[in-house]
Amino acid sequence: MQGNNLLELAGAISSGAVRVVDLTFTLSPDFPVIVLPPEFGQAAPVRIQEISRYDGRGPAWYWNNITFGEHTGTHFDAPIHWFTGKNLPNNAVDTMPAKDMIAPACVIDCSAQAAQDPDFLLTVPLVEAWEAKHGRIPERNWVLLRTDWSKKGWRDYSNLGDDGAHTPGPNPDVMKWLVEERGIIGFGTETIGTDAGQAGHFEPPYPAHHFLHGGGRYGLQCLCNLDQLPATGAVIVASPLKIQNGSGSPLRVIALVSST
Amino acid sequence: MIEPIKPPRRKNPLLRTRLPASPPRPRSRTSHGFTRAAAEGRFMLQRCEACGAFAYPAREACPSCLSSGLTFVDAPRRGMLLSEATARVPSDVYFRERAPWRIGLVRMDCGPTIVAHLHADCVEGAPVRMSLQLDKSGQAVAFAHPEGETPNMADDKQWREMTADPKFRRVLVTNGRSVIGQEAVAALKAAGARTVFVGVAEPWRPFAGEKLLRGQDGIEIVTLDAADEKSAADLAADIGGKVDILVNTTEYVRPGGLLDRRGTSIARDEIDQAYLGFINLAQAFGLAMRMRGADGINNSAAWVNILSVYALSNWPAFGAYSASQAACLSLSHCLRAELRPGGVRVMNLFTGPVDTEWFQTVPPPKVAPRAIAQAIVSGLKGGLEEMYVGDVAEEIRQRLAANPKALERELDR
Repeated sequence: MQGNNLLELAGAISSGAVRVVDLTFTLSPDFPVIVLPPEFGQAAPVRIQEISRYDGRGPAWYWNNITFGEHTGTHFDAPIHWFTGKNLPNNAVDTMPAKDMIAPACVIDCSAQAAQDPDFLLTVPLVEAWEAKHGRIPERNWVLLRTDWSKKGWRDYSNLGDDGAHTPGPNPDVMKWLVEERGIIGFGTETIGTDAGQAGHFEPPYPAHHFLHGGGRYGLQCLCNLDQLPATGAVIVASPLKIQNGSGSPLRVIALVSST
Repeated sequence: MIEPIKPPRRKNPLLRTRLPASPPRPRSRTSHGFTRAAAEGRFMLQRCEACGAFAYPAREACPSCLSSGLTFVDAPRRGMLLSEATARVPSDVYFRERAPWRIGLVRMDCGPTIVAHLHADCVEGAPVRMSLQLDKSGQAVAFAHPEGETPNMADDKQWREMTADPKFRRVLVTNGRSVIGQEAVAALKAAGARTVFVGVAEPWRPFAGEKLLRGQDGIEIVTLDAADEKSAADLAADIGGKVDILVNTTEYVRPGGLLDRRGTSIARDEIDQAYLGFINLAQAFGLAMRMRGADGINNSAAWVNILSVYALSNWPAFGAYSASQAACLSLSHCLRAELRPGGVRVMNLFTGPVDTEWFQTVPPPKVAPRAIAQAIVSGLKGGLEEMYVGDVAEEIRQRLAANPKALERELDR
């Protein structure tokens, strides 16, 4: 690619010919986090503490101290997050190749099924049906599962029952297949976690984490505005914070979408 | 005969809110023996170790035999009202605003004569029952009650100055997700609180007992994550001027000490919830409470903390938790001093292990959450500052007073 193509892209973004869609929730203390049994270590919630706000603590400036776990808000999962990816090279957010931070996306719309069934699971036949319509998923593409889950209120969004969370996600077969047969770069969801709410009971447990990270691929979760993306052709920019040996990080995820 | 107090009307926005005044503060160091007794709801007088005579006021030598061996001991409460006087135009601002104010001389059955504030139903020549109370300056004063029950006796104007009765007051229970919080809500409502605001953090997370709290008259669920600075500030922006009593029911119990834990993330959560949560609540609600200390019938009156008795001496099995509680105890003394100009009391309830999930493997005796809730109400009604709820807490207190080193060794089991 030559430099002037990049300038064309910049011009198209500026003119609106290429739309920039923000796929990120605001990082705030009230956003739901993953719920683990309380005897396990917990992700620190997002905290925002004022240092000063044009007051006696700092008369002309406003700033905050922030603390949060690596897996809070709209966030990125690196291969080192899961035991299956623990020995891979360059498996943390600080060592992963920067070029993996920009990649095209295939968006599979399952919002109708998810509206009917909170435990809806994406399967290989469903993806094959999508491919019949939109073409084979190219290698090194993100697959984003659109469920419209991000439009729910927080309680329905986390949808916790006394038997755990009930939120949609992929089944084990489709995750293995997407990683091994389609060579995807990563998998993204609107829900808390790349896996379904009940995925702890699957074989293997948490198949999205298991196969994605075992294959050196990435996860994105708590995405929003997936309904503004075309089935194919959007380009995702997802660059996590460069945390030393980090397993993931909250980040700003944007999609570039051609208006034509 | 006391007229029952009436539910307060809404505030007249044309009138300035009266600022709290304080009764006189100075006391001798010796007379803080009364302060200690009043804080715990005990009635203590000095007694001579040599001749056995009771003395009042606090002295350095026995008025009967001049021995210097005077010790504060629990004393019989019965006396007789010798005479009463009504101050109609006192020079002190606090009493002037509350005049007429009745005081009297009480001849104790055990000997001394005491100048006391009088309940309105005390009559000259009749027997009275004495107590020591903390006034709006936090200092001990003697208070005379009629010997028996009289109608509406808790509504007495002078008595209400000595207490923080929940009746007609608006209460914030900061954590309604816990059993203790929910029992506190029920007990405060039963005690006549007009509104109980119940804080619920992370409202997207369901919790046991939620249905009972919702849709009840006079109970309002509010979003409050005390450990989150903004959440506390946001709630105070809504209801900060309507919180007359704040009951801090933050509960974050995790087992373990130092060496059997890895890293600091649990300790950080403990500090986040208990200590920083306390600071956030104080900074969000404290100023308005201090300012509203004389705001009519439902003036702001009290702040309640529920603390582990292991704040006083570390229990290594819950060692890091004990430390977080010790930090909160220290902070409570700071808050007490800072709320003092508003006449707002800070009451600490100390408990041993509570009959809740995180103390599951701890053998009985454990404190029932309901007992804590009842203690909150009785402490507020009695105007107390320190309460030890349950056998374990009381025992720790006594052992600590007897020999702190022995207690330290014995908790290490």
